[in-house]
Amino acid sequence: MSFVVPDLQIHQPPKPPKGGTSSSLGKTLLGAAIPLIACLYVGLVILIPALSVVAQAFAKGVQPFLENMGSPELLSAVKMTLITAAIAVPANTIFGLAAATAIARKKFPGKALLLSIIDLPFSISPVVVGLMLVLLYSPSHGVFGSVINSLGWKIIFSWPGIVIATIIVTFPFMAREVIPLLEEEGWEQEEAAKTLGANDWQVFWKVTLPSVRWAALYGLILTTARALGEFGAVSVVSGNIRGETQTLPLFVEDAYKQYQTELAFGAAAVLGAVALVSLLLKFAVELLLEQDKKAQQIKTDA
Amino acid sequence: MAPAWLRPGPLPKLELPSWPWRITWLYLGLVLFLPLGAITLKAAGVGPAGFWELATTPEAIASYQISFGLALLASLINGVFGLVIAWALVRCRFPGQRLLDALIDLPFALPTAVAGLALAAVYSSDNGWIGEPLYRLFGIKVAFSAIGVAVAMVFISLPFVVRTVEPVLRSLEKEQEEASWCLGASQPQTFFRVVLPQLLPAILGGIAQGFSRAVGEYGSVVMISSNIPFVDLITPTLIIQKLEEYDIEGATVIGSVMLLFSLASLLVINIIQVWGQRYQATSTAVG
Repeated sequence: MSFVVPDLQIHQPPKPPKGGTSSSLGKTLLGAAIPLIACLYVGLVILIPALSVVAQAFAKGVQPFLENMGSPELLSAVKMTLITAAIAVPANTIFGLAAATAIARKKFPGKALLLSIIDLPFSISPVVVGLMLVLLYSPSHGVFGSVINSLGWKIIFSWPGIVIATIIVTFPFMAREVIPLLEEEGWEQEEAAKTLGANDWQVFWKVTLPSVRWAALYGLILTTARALGEFGAVSVVSGNIRGETQTLPLFVEDAYKQYQTELAFGAAAVLGAVALVSLLLKFAVELLLEQDKKAQQIKTDA
Repeated sequence: MAPAWLRPGPLPKLELPSWPWRITWLYLGLVLFLPLGAITLKAAGVGPAGFWELATTPEAIASYQISFGLALLASLINGVFGLVIAWALVRCRFPGQRLLDALIDLPFALPTAVAGLALAAVYSSDNGWIGEPLYRLFGIKVAFSAIGVAVAMVFISLPFVVRTVEPVLRSLEKEQEEASWCLGASQPQTFFRVVLPQLLPAILGGIAQGFSRAVGEYGSVVMISSNIPFVDLITPTLIIQKLEEYDIEGATVIGSVMLLFSLASLLVINIIQVWGQRYQATSTAVG
């Protein structure tokens, strides 16, 4: 396990510097400079670019923005994106939960290796993910090319390719969020449920899943956000046909290249709003988890 | 009814793996091992001599230099500023702190195409909010140049160092620093001799992750780069160009080089992590 994914953690407000250490860095000029440098840097690199998307999308007012939103090509890109997420997210959820329940509480040789393998999509370039799919499914030079041709399927330059590419890029999130929590919780509750006569399925639904529900929800948010926004892997396999195999992120780039700047920024603003919602949901889940922990604390105290 | 383990039955039976295991392996096989197998097979088909030749063409070498060089630059810049930001988040109190904290996660959440579009617009030397003054005052062209590529890489790799350093910084005991001051060390001495060594594994781990991410990044870079070979064309873009020219062998070979790099970087990141954990363990044992 290695790559940083935004972890589900309780939000800890920074501790104020202790009174006794008045000679600490916090009091010196440097202490004031550090937050200033941090804010300037983040402002230049993140905040100003993010604000510019909103400004450009509404540069000519709300009316042209809404007209742009009605563009049939944009709507078709939205539809393609939603279809992709609607298949990729549930598939990855099932995999993530299965992998977590299979791996988390067992010790076996090669466990670290298996966890690293699940992490691979985080470190492989999305373009290479797309390339691998072309080498596998392309009708002219893919390993399975002749099989796919004879079946009359179309995977590359069509929606199945887009869906598979999205699945590969997003599948680690769920497992990565749920595994640490399951490892922490231990087996006792499941053992108890089993002794009381519950079957595996019942144990999973009534004991395991509720105990990891916030982590699973968190994984779901991350998976969905990434699935809606994936660009590199999808751009290799989609063929980028407007109105057919174009997802929303691909549409942003294409419109920008065609000098349809307002359309590009309009679509970008939609994706940006989705990103913002995902951040807010993430924050909400963190708060809910905090409340849960507090409630449990009170219960155990009583 | 007696529990299953009390009932007598045919005991030694070939046990099938449980359902979760079956799903895990089937899924990994279909979506990960199969594509990995395909690229390995195709790369092996090129042969060692051909592989070496295609992997070291001048344009490929130039693209590695640009990709790896700029990614290293970007991740080192973020190494320094990531530490500053983490310090500001953990050790300081100032208005807008929550906003700063939330903004750090934006590069993880924002689709890379949107990031590329935003950066290309803001750093454009014609009318960008930041790019135009930079060009007018200093003659620096950011968008559609190698600098722009570096800026995009800085954007997408910014969260890594902050998020790896933050928890370690939070867990540091203030007493150590106080002890260091009491023993007469100056603040810079305390920082460089007491604090920094403990943060080093986290910083290096964050830099390595950011570097790995920046090398593989495509979406944001392709929009801010002018994509001219030998100037600012990154390796992932070169792979896509090869595919568009139906140079499948070339794309396969360069893709394999990138894949090998990903595997190596995953290994390095794991090693840094293990080293960091050892360090933590010994430091608590001693302290």
